[in-house]
Amino acid sequence: MSDKYSNRSGIVKIIFLVIGIIFVGRLSMLQLFDKEYKEKAKNQSLRNITQYPARGLMYDRNGNLLVYNEAVYDLMVIPRMVKDLDTAYFCDAVGITREDFDARMKKASAYSSYSGSVFMKQISKEEFGRWENILYKFKGFYISKRTLRLYSKPIAAHVLGYVGEVNEKDLADNPYYKRGDYIGKSGLEASYEEALRGTKGKRVMQVDVHNREIGSYMHGQHDTMPVEGMNLYTTLDADLQEYAEKLMANKRGCVVAIEPATGEVLTLLSAPCYDPNMLVGRIRGNNFAALSKDISKPLFNRALQAQYPPGSIFKVAQAMVALHLGVITPNTGFVCDRVLGCHNHPSARNVQEAIKMSCNPYFYYAYRRVIQQGKYRNIYKDSQYGLTVWRDYMLRFGLGQRLDIDLPSVKSGNIPDTAFYNKWYGKERWAFTTIYSNSIGQGEVEVVPLQMANLAAIVANRGHYYTPHLVRCYGPDSTKNPLFYEKHETGIEKHYFDIAARGMYDVVHGAGGTAHKADVPGIAVCGKTGTAENYGNDHSVFIAFAPMEDPKIAVAVYVENAQGGGGTWAAPIAGLIIEKYLKGEVERKDFEKYYMEVNPCQKLPLTRRVKKPKKS
Amino acid sequence: MPNEKIRFDWITVALYLFLVVAGWVNIYAACFDQAHAAILDFSCQHGKQLIWIGTAAVMALCVILIKPRFFSNIAYILYGLVMALLVLTLFIGSTTNGGQSWIDFGFFKLQPSEFAKAATALALAKYVSDLNTDLKQRQTKLVLSAMVLIPFVLILLQHDTGSALVFSAFLLAFFREGLSPYILVVGVAAIVLFIAALLVNKYLLLGILLVLCLAYLFVWLSKRTGRDYWHTAVLFAACALFTLSVDFVFENILESHQRDRIYVLLGKVEDPTGVGYNVDQAKIAIGSGGLLGKGFLNGTITKADFVPEQETDFIFCTVGEEWGFLGSLAVIAAYVLLLVRLITLAERQRSPFARFYGYSVASILFFHFFINIGMVLGLVPVIGIPLPFFSYGGSSLIAFTLLLFIFIRQDADRNALF
Repeated sequence: MSDKYSNRSGIVKIIFLVIGIIFVGRLSMLQLFDKEYKEKAKNQSLRNITQYPARGLMYDRNGNLLVYNEAVYDLMVIPRMVKDLDTAYFCDAVGITREDFDARMKKASAYSSYSGSVFMKQISKEEFGRWENILYKFKGFYISKRTLRLYSKPIAAHVLGYVGEVNEKDLADNPYYKRGDYIGKSGLEASYEEALRGTKGKRVMQVDVHNREIGSYMHGQHDTMPVEGMNLYTTLDADLQEYAEKLMANKRGCVVAIEPATGEVLTLLSAPCYDPNMLVGRIRGNNFAALSKDISKPLFNRALQAQYPPGSIFKVAQAMVALHLGVITPNTGFVCDRVLGCHNHPSARNVQEAIKMSCNPYFYYAYRRVIQQGKYRNIYKDSQYGLTVWRDYMLRFGLGQRLDIDLPSVKSGNIPDTAFYNKWYGKERWAFTTIYSNSIGQGEVEVVPLQMANLAAIVANRGHYYTPHLVRCYGPDSTKNPLFYEKHETGIEKHYFDIAARGMYDVVHGAGGTAHKADVPGIAVCGKTGTAENYGNDHSVFIAFAPMEDPKIAVAVYVENAQGGGGTWAAPIAGLIIEKYLKGEVERKDFEKYYMEVNPCQKLPLTRRVKKPKKS
Repeated sequence: MPNEKIRFDWITVALYLFLVVAGWVNIYAACFDQAHAAILDFSCQHGKQLIWIGTAAVMALCVILIKPRFFSNIAYILYGLVMALLVLTLFIGSTTNGGQSWIDFGFFKLQPSEFAKAATALALAKYVSDLNTDLKQRQTKLVLSAMVLIPFVLILLQHDTGSALVFSAFLLAFFREGLSPYILVVGVAAIVLFIAALLVNKYLLLGILLVLCLAYLFVWLSKRTGRDYWHTAVLFAACALFTLSVDFVFENILESHQRDRIYVLLGKVEDPTGVGYNVDQAKIAIGSGGLLGKGFLNGTITKADFVPEQETDFIFCTVGEEWGFLGSLAVIAAYVLLLVRLITLAERQRSPFARFYGYSVASILFFHFFINIGMVLGLVPVIGIPLPFFSYGGSSLIAFTLLLFIFIRQDADRNALF
């Protein structure tokens, strides 16, 4: 044969080579340059399984458990894998109707027919136990374990707060959260969210084409262990809290009790109270709706958010500032000339008596001296100066500014400044006579109850305070917030506070004092009543600390819309709280019973004490 | 037989061994699961493949021990036997994946179409090398065409289009023996035109063809005779007719799954969960391998059964995913080296029989390599044919081994006088 065509071998080889090169080019495109396939491979063959850490627990100051977790079960379904289901049997077993079943299946299928979605949420251990052993008969259904927050006592709902599923905003703000995660929504749950939640872990599992797990990816190299949530050691006294909540039953208002030496909050409540267990699990939605519609606003934390005019308790702070500024001396007296309405009492001959008798004209005159100190001939300029100085001292009492308590959404109250009045009346269009109502805690002055309790603590400490707080420390290392150990001085001399303390002692103990009902046998209680004027019935206000020397507790009690002044309702309640805290037990049973049962504002729509919830 | 004259081409043997071993490793990875990790687990494909490898080795040894002459002597008998088997398959064949291509022996399912390639190659080589054969004669051409078309049609009747198309590979071998290159050019042009007709508006395409023909006539040719006008007119008419017939062929002759596969390739159908699933998963598996791959047994896509047919037709996915670009490059390089080596060997044959046979072997292997890897990479429509030496399957491994070693045997004996 001739070899005429032997040169064609070259062409054939070139064809082979060219195809090889095309393949290599295509390979480099797929494997080296195009990231799309790597993403797709991850998405379809790997499942990140989140491992949820247990949320931290909360204890009270004596080591009593307040908040803990309980296992519940979510019934999950993969719609595509549901086969040969005896629907009637299934519905009967898990206790739902056929319509309910159809609706739930439809919802699950709408989400995805290939991956699991929640069919039934938060099934209790008991309920699950009833059909646990027949679950295997229902193909496509499986159980996913979750934890629920539970509260060992039905107290301190406003302080502890609650957790709920993350919303769109949470998801947008923090990439840590994924849809369906839980987050602290209010109270300590919210403010210590990062400590409490711990850190989620993940396991990367390989799944096959049927979405079955076939083992861990890369021998668990990319897995992370969850980090347990940290426990909170709160400053609350669970017994005292429970007691105060009982006292405030049938009432609207709030109680704040602080340990003056440390600023630790012993009790903080807003009445009407509700059982924190109501906002847990499947019953939560309905209960939440009911609570938010309730006209007595149980979800509103009055202790931090209600800005009341302080009323006469403000006179204590007024007296301290006036003394410090030297516009009055401890022995300055003013005639009770009814320049402001006052009750019937002899004129106060000194500051101590003025506090005891809560003489309105006395503080009118004292405040006039503070505001118009005579530094300028123009009374308008003089008032501007006076107000600025006065406000500066009031801020040092923690008034007119937010106290950095470790709870969310605390209000600041209001100590008006010159800009405030300039805007309202015009520059140099106002002077003392325009703003004199402030002298007795009315007018534009507003405080939140927490600030008033803090005022009592300041007097108890004779001039300084620590920022009130609810958590002593948290986590295994007992992490502390240094801000809570920072002493805030008012800058006012201690001996002036001694006068205030004596005056407040007389309020409870002295002849002509306004709060004899706060007296606790054997304890030197110092207090100050107030009646905060209101469009409706006035609020009954009382602040107190005890004992007089080396005080252990400072307390503020507000009873909203109560008939009668601070001495009538708030004072006896404060007295009982002090007795409970200092003695451990209240001996005056009849007295206690009366105040627990009484409803001081019967004319108003009745405050509804929300009933105990059914256990889920 | 004088021993010193036997020179095996160890390069070819080494490449063959490399591909078989690499193939087995990837079959092992593709079917790997913890329950069947044992290498000698014969209930699994990697275990069975070991048996096939053993069988193939014995066969290769037999081929080496047999005198090379024997194969040219029994070429026609072998061809006749295999054709008979193909006919038999049509009647008693068992059906798998829609193709009726297997004869079930209980312990072993024989796929005669795999052996038809080698038999046809031998018979063609025998006929071409016959001293009485004049390739220029029309009768010769007809006989040769018939020898290729008989197995082609028989396999087509088994609904195994892929294996049938393999017989078009002989065109390359004929090309070496003097087949007009225009036939190859026309073949390629037909494919291009077919694809273009599916993608572009028919009338636009006709317009472009007309412009091309006119450009050829008036720009390319400096002098034009009447014949040129006539030829160009015929060419244009043929192209136009072909173009217009594409729709008919596509809709009426191709089966629906074939249409889908072509549409998927051309990107006219985006359906990653339906007809495009295989190729999409193959691309995902390979693409996710990156430069170095995920490592042996660490493939997430192939191991999780996302890729169908992953130990047979889609075995290259496992290479791509677990061994990455470098591993894939090595496999492709091995094939190209083997193919080029086979051509070199064929060219050094003194007997036209061995040369034609060598070209046939290279062409058949090339066709499989081109279609299989092209398909997995999404360059060629899905045509289910195995990757030689690599894919799981007894018939294909044994048939390819026989095909290759008959040539290696011929080559070893090339200096012997006959």
